Amino acid sequence: MKQFSIFVKKEFRHIFRDRKSLLIIILMPIVQIILFGFALTNEIKNSNIAVLDNAKDESSSAIIRRLDASRYFNVLQVLNTQADIEAAFRTGKIRLAVVFQPGFRESLLHTNHAQVQLIADASDPNTATTVTNYASNIISDYQKEMNGQSPVPYAIRPEIRMLYNPQLKGAYNFVPGVMAMILILIAAMMTSVAIVREKEINTMEVLLVSPLKPLLFILSKAIPYIFLSLVNVVTILIVSVTLLEVPINGSLFLLMGESLLFIITAVSLGLMISTLTKTQQEAQMFSLMALLLPTLLLGGFMFPIESMPLPLRIISNIVPSKWFFLIVKDVMIKGLGFSAVWKESLVLLGMSLFLLAISFKKFKTRLA
Amino acid sequence: MKETVIKVDKLTKKFGDFIATNQISFEVEKGEIFGFLGANGAGKTTAMRMLCGLLMPSSGSASVAGFDVYKQTEHIKQSIGYMSQKFSLYEDLTVKENIRFYAGIYGMSRQVIKEKMTSLLEQLQMTAEENSLVKSLPLGWKQKLAFSVAILHEPKIVFLDEPTGGVDPVTRREFWNLIYEAAEKGITVFVTTHYMDEAEYCNRVSIMVDGKIEALDTPRNLKSAFNAGSMDEVFLQLARGAKRKAD
Repeated sequence: MKQFSIFVKKEFRHIFRDRKSLLIIILMPIVQIILFGFALTNEIKNSNIAVLDNAKDESSSAIIRRLDASRYFNVLQVLNTQADIEAAFRTGKIRLAVVFQPGFRESLLHTNHAQVQLIADASDPNTATTVTNYASNIISDYQKEMNGQSPVPYAIRPEIRMLYNPQLKGAYNFVPGVMAMILILIAAMMTSVAIVREKEINTMEVLLVSPLKPLLFILSKAIPYIFLSLVNVVTILIVSVTLLEVPINGSLFLLMGESLLFIITAVSLGLMISTLTKTQQEAQMFSLMALLLPTLLLGGFMFPIESMPLPLRIISNIVPSKWFFLIVKDVMIKGLGFSAVWKESLVLLGMSLFLLAISFKKFKTRLA
Repeated sequence: MKETVIKVDKLTKKFGDFIATNQISFEVEKGEIFGFLGANGAGKTTAMRMLCGLLMPSSGSASVAGFDVYKQTEHIKQSIGYMSQKFSLYEDLTVKENIRFYAGIYGMSRQVIKEKMTSLLEQLQMTAEENSLVKSLPLGWKQKLAFSVAILHEPKIVFLDEPTGGVDPVTRREFWNLIYEAAEKGITVFVTTHYMDEAEYCNRVSIMVDGKIEALDTPRNLKSAFNAGSMDEVFLQLARGAKRKAD
């Protein structure tokens, strides 16, 4: 036990003496959350638009007012002729043009049918789709209100409710994602680097010749990073609750427990990497390629897994972040209990045990 | 009455078809300074690693400090010290922290560590540097410190794997004074080197060529047997016959 505490103390010394790395470890989650939250958001706000109102009636002006009032749009130009539209797009200042046909309100009232033309700059297709969706929603909102005043029989009106995230905030998706990413980076990469470092600076040989037990060595290496990772979880949660207004709907206790489970999985991955690599650089590269990349691509928070081809969908199952991402979304955003995430938790537990068994075995054989 | 602390009989290590050490046999007595010589790739490090319990031998038998290298490696580890060619201290820790860490790994109590540390630092004249980071020390100091740390827990045997690589002759001489002091205290020193002047300092020397021990005696007897003026000539005569390329 004394050996253990001495070893853990030494590990913390290494970490605290390397101020630069420590600062990165502590600040990285905050910077990432802020980056994803404010800079890299997939919400598109304040798009400049142009309107060509050939109707100039009550309805068309009402819609234009609503568009301008929403946080998504800003009516930059009022056009007069069809030819102005193309010119307006050419300046590159507008993303969308809204065109009302003459007699818009008339035909809406009498035939229950009127057309608005939405013309988007599709040189960036994702943005184009998103802004036209925003505009369609605003227009159909207006229509619904009109219908409310004079109900139209037999009209099918789909009513859409966005569950768990009514404002469609991107943060609800990326907070769990950033958590998975940071924990993989800190817990797995740092642990593997810390172990491989001992090989590189030759202290490993001395430790292997000493009476120190391998299990003790592995545990002492892992504990400081488990601790730091938990600190990171807390920072991420604080930043996302206060700054991004993403609530913790489920049990905080369960969320922390699941995070600890994922950290243990990540640390086991780190141990495994440390048995496969010889230099710190190798360990870093390996962690980035084998852990960060799959986390980003197959973790589910950047690209939806459901729309991937079958082979990728199968591969995504061995990416631990995918399971953790599901767990955090269920617990934190949807507020579900353990009964909803026990399967995912079991997968993570199984992965950890498997990885630990392998790395411990590998570690031991190098001793013999 | 001489006490044998290392007993090696036909110890062999194969890596696939490659025979790294081929049926080597020798004995080392308590308090002896035993030089283990050979060109790069001759099998010195492999032999040493088997004795330290880092590698499992393929065949033959060996005991270190009375413990069997096959079954009692945990006991062996308690009774030996080890220092490798690249001094093995943590550069980002201070002198004191390194001493405390390694002593702690061997299960020494806080009180004992404190006393030993004071006398060790005085002996090395490094008391003023106790709180400096190891990376700020000159190479010679680091090596002397690493050696002192390796014998802090008073092992029966200390294994030194090319401990003086890359230091100047004066520092090497000082290093050897430390080795003599340790031997006087009854610690057996098992040292590999390829500095032939260092071979002269040893009580007995074995020379390995291509995985086999080709010569084993006191430096004086070896020189007369090979009709050579220095250990350097002895070594060259033997090593010329080597077929293996250095790694």
